[in-house]
Amino acid sequence: MKTIKYLSIFLIAGLLFVACSDDDNGNPDPVNEEEVITTMNITLTPEGGGTAITFSYQDLDADGPNPPTVTAPNLAGNTTYNATIEVLNETESPAEDITVEVEAEDDEHQFIFQIGGSVASATATDQDGNGNPVGLSFDLVTNTAGAGGLTVTLRHEPTKPNDGTLSGAGGETDIAATFNFNITN
Amino acid sequence: MKKLFFIIFCFFTGFHLFSQECESVLVGSVIDYHDKTPLARATLQTLDGSKKVITDTNGKFQIFNLCDATYTLEVSHPECSTVLLNVVVSGTTEIEIKLEHHLEELEEVEVVGEVLFDQTNSAQEATLNTKSLEKFSSATLGDALKQISGISSLNTGANIVKPAIHGLNGSRVLILNDGVRMQDMEWGDEHAPNVDVNSAGSVTVVKGASALQYGGDAIGGVIVLAKNHIFKSDTLFGKTLVNGVLNGRGGNINSELTKSFKKGWFVTGQASYRRLGDQEAPDYILSNTGVQEFGGSLHFGKNALEWGWDANYTYYDAEIAILRASHIGNVDDLIRSVNSGQPLVIRNFTYNLGNPRQKVRHHLGKLKLYKRFEGIGKWSLQYDFQNNRRFEFDVRRGERSDRASIDLELTTHTVSSNFKWDANKKLNLNVGVLGRYQDNFANPDTGVRRLIPDYEKYDLGGFTIAEYRLGQNWILDGGFRYDFTQVDAKKFYRISRWEERGYDEDFQDLVIEDRSDIGQLLVNPIFDYHNFSATVGGQFSKDNTSNLRFNYALSQRAPNPAELFSDGLHHSAARIELGDLRLQSETSHKISLTKERDFKSWGFTIEPYANFINNFIILEPTGVEFTIRGAFPVWSYRQTNARLLGIDVSSYINWNDHVKTNHQLAVVKGNDLDKDIALINIPAANLRNSITYQRPKWNNFEVSLNSNYVFRQNEFPPNIEVFSPNGEENVILEINTPPPAYHLLSLDSQLEFSLGGKTRLTTGLTVNNILNINYREYLNRQRYFADDLGTNIILQLKINY
Repeated sequence: MKTIKYLSIFLIAGLLFVACSDDDNGNPDPVNEEEVITTMNITLTPEGGGTAITFSYQDLDADGPNPPTVTAPNLAGNTTYNATIEVLNETESPAEDITVEVEAEDDEHQFIFQIGGSVASATATDQDGNGNPVGLSFDLVTNTAGAGGLTVTLRHEPTKPNDGTLSGAGGETDIAATFNFNITN
Repeated sequence: MKKLFFIIFCFFTGFHLFSQECESVLVGSVIDYHDKTPLARATLQTLDGSKKVITDTNGKFQIFNLCDATYTLEVSHPECSTVLLNVVVSGTTEIEIKLEHHLEELEEVEVVGEVLFDQTNSAQEATLNTKSLEKFSSATLGDALKQISGISSLNTGANIVKPAIHGLNGSRVLILNDGVRMQDMEWGDEHAPNVDVNSAGSVTVVKGASALQYGGDAIGGVIVLAKNHIFKSDTLFGKTLVNGVLNGRGGNINSELTKSFKKGWFVTGQASYRRLGDQEAPDYILSNTGVQEFGGSLHFGKNALEWGWDANYTYYDAEIAILRASHIGNVDDLIRSVNSGQPLVIRNFTYNLGNPRQKVRHHLGKLKLYKRFEGIGKWSLQYDFQNNRRFEFDVRRGERSDRASIDLELTTHTVSSNFKWDANKKLNLNVGVLGRYQDNFANPDTGVRRLIPDYEKYDLGGFTIAEYRLGQNWILDGGFRYDFTQVDAKKFYRISRWEERGYDEDFQDLVIEDRSDIGQLLVNPIFDYHNFSATVGGQFSKDNTSNLRFNYALSQRAPNPAELFSDGLHHSAARIELGDLRLQSETSHKISLTKERDFKSWGFTIEPYANFINNFIILEPTGVEFTIRGAFPVWSYRQTNARLLGIDVSSYINWNDHVKTNHQLAVVKGNDLDKDIALINIPAANLRNSITYQRPKWNNFEVSLNSNYVFRQNEFPPNIEVFSPNGEENVILEINTPPPAYHLLSLDSQLEFSLGGKTRLTTGLTVNNILNINYREYLNRQRYFADDLGTNIILQLKINY
């Protein structure tokens, strides 16, 4: 008989558990997406002065269905631009500046530049603590007039140092943005 | 029935009937509970000791000069446990007394595989006993099950092994752990069952949905993990198993102890711990593939013939590192990995479990009681509770590596009851009901959008199964089941996704909160599913050497939360996975046939089957989407009509007293009938052969050489074409192309020593992939990134005491 008593206590305890576990019927909170990168802005300032030009690559719905929007105004020929990269998460307001995070972990990040058309070169001008390039600032040199292309890839945990190519860098891609633009005289 | 209530009445009240003259007689027989044979030399004695008789050779007895009253009889037999019995005597009373044989406790562990009852009469079934499971003590449940013909697995590396039955896995395979249906987020490809293989005494696989008592949605089949039966005797026994594992440079330890009493009380405790570091392929270290696993269970209760109860608590905790090279950023990274031929990250060996990794924890509690009604049947009532917590850690930026990207908590309560009428020798009936409540909570603190939303789920089900004996040779069985499922979810959708899916036209009324400020909508889908399942079949057996079984099973499965709601980026696969709110239940019709035949020195089993599934839910690549990270293939769920045809063949030959060979072949073909293409992730044909040499005189020496040949899967869905931003052109992404065929050799051997008394030591040596060949398996999701495991040597010590 004793065991029956214990069993009923068990069962009642179980039922209470069921009754208690019914959590409040409130709605869930939206997740504050912290790591998302929605936007990359590249500010290109001609060496020796002139109007700065801004390239931007923006995907406000992140891994949603909408493709990124690309802005790439014309550049001038035979010019060296001092460029800086800004990375943002615009799903938050105000937008979160991811550039700070990349800077803080610059040994784990690298921007790789691939050029096409009338672009002569794109070379990182900054370095991490170990003297390896990061790419948050770089110089872009243009040739004479024509079509130009620039692909900027941000790699997380790349092999450092590397030969500056995508395959040499390895790691995982955090940003892959291609800009096609015209170079005018 | 009346008599029974009367007995209970008397038992509870101590009520006695008196008669003036004590001339009543009690006559009857004592028989074996299991095989109904009469028991001679059984002693019957009244509680006061005034009457004592012994049964004759036919098990019969007579007690004279009794009063019309309730007597308590003690019935004992040298080979059986003693029972106490209340008998109401009135005039000449006749009774039949059933006694249960008790076996020697050490043998009991050995024979348990054979004394297990079948789960169904007519479906295809196979059972692994304790001995076969012990060989896989340092591996996973999925690895152990692959010994059975027709069972394969979907792997993510070597430590996440999801069992597949006849080509189907995940939610289509139910796992019953000591009578409790596991609720452990089985919906994900990279979610292995949260079960420690060491906690099971035996595992039975039902290859199909015929075991309706467990659920109606087992389109693939049912895996039943059972505890060893504990017999009623005063004893204490246990075992300890230690494995040293070379590949991974670790091992495991498992220990269990059982104390049981004559009166039916028992308690069993078990605990195991497993630890491995990085594992190795023949040519390189598979960086970040270590594992740490802890399992424990406590099982206690009272096991009596008439009634009993038991309570079980099982804990499982695993931390599994996932190959570092399989974490990728976008399609270009995937192409790079596929083309590279070896993992892009190879580091030095370490025991550290880095990111990506999973951490899962499962609590399971069960309380069950049963009461047997003499002459009617057995009634059982069960309550079980499960809590499953899953963390998935990704390679993350900032200081977030210690913060999970996925943090889900799934809590389930189930109450079930059934009554089994087994008193009629010809017709047995089993009727049951079930109610289940489930709550999933997705922690928003991850900083990553929820892959699976918060939801509540309610299940109600009822079933009836009948078993009918027709003549000497036939058993027919049949049953039906109804299940109602309601899913009540609250999910945030991105407005862009909501519109792209066309949900704004079909489901706009489900929106409960418009959060345009963050570009999202909170949606509250409440979906109901009504599922019917049924089975009918028969078994024909002539003597013990020939057996034919056939079975038809109809089953329906409601879509799982991943199929309905998943919405996001999977880093391990570089794909965007999209669920579909419009999915309906899938319906399977499976026909199977089993022919078993044993000859003097050999025997075979042939099991063909056909499974036709309407509204089969598949996940397939449907397009490409661009994000700032680059291009990703989009995988969406679609329903189609599918057909699976297959055959499992196995045979054995006893060449002489010492040499035995086993042969197994499993083939399955899966087709999408709407599109006329092959289904994805269907196991390739495989052929297993083994030769065993046994010499019981040499300390039970046993050695076997096993060969496993896996053919190339030649039937697979087409690859997809994607735009590669780096290459600036369209490329074929070979994500479906299967790897080549491979052949693995392995060796097993064991020796047994008596250490005096009941204590025995068994040593075992296993060598897997003896030739250290490089191979990749089609059903391993890491085949794009790395070779499978190289040679592994496992040394096992087992002490039974």
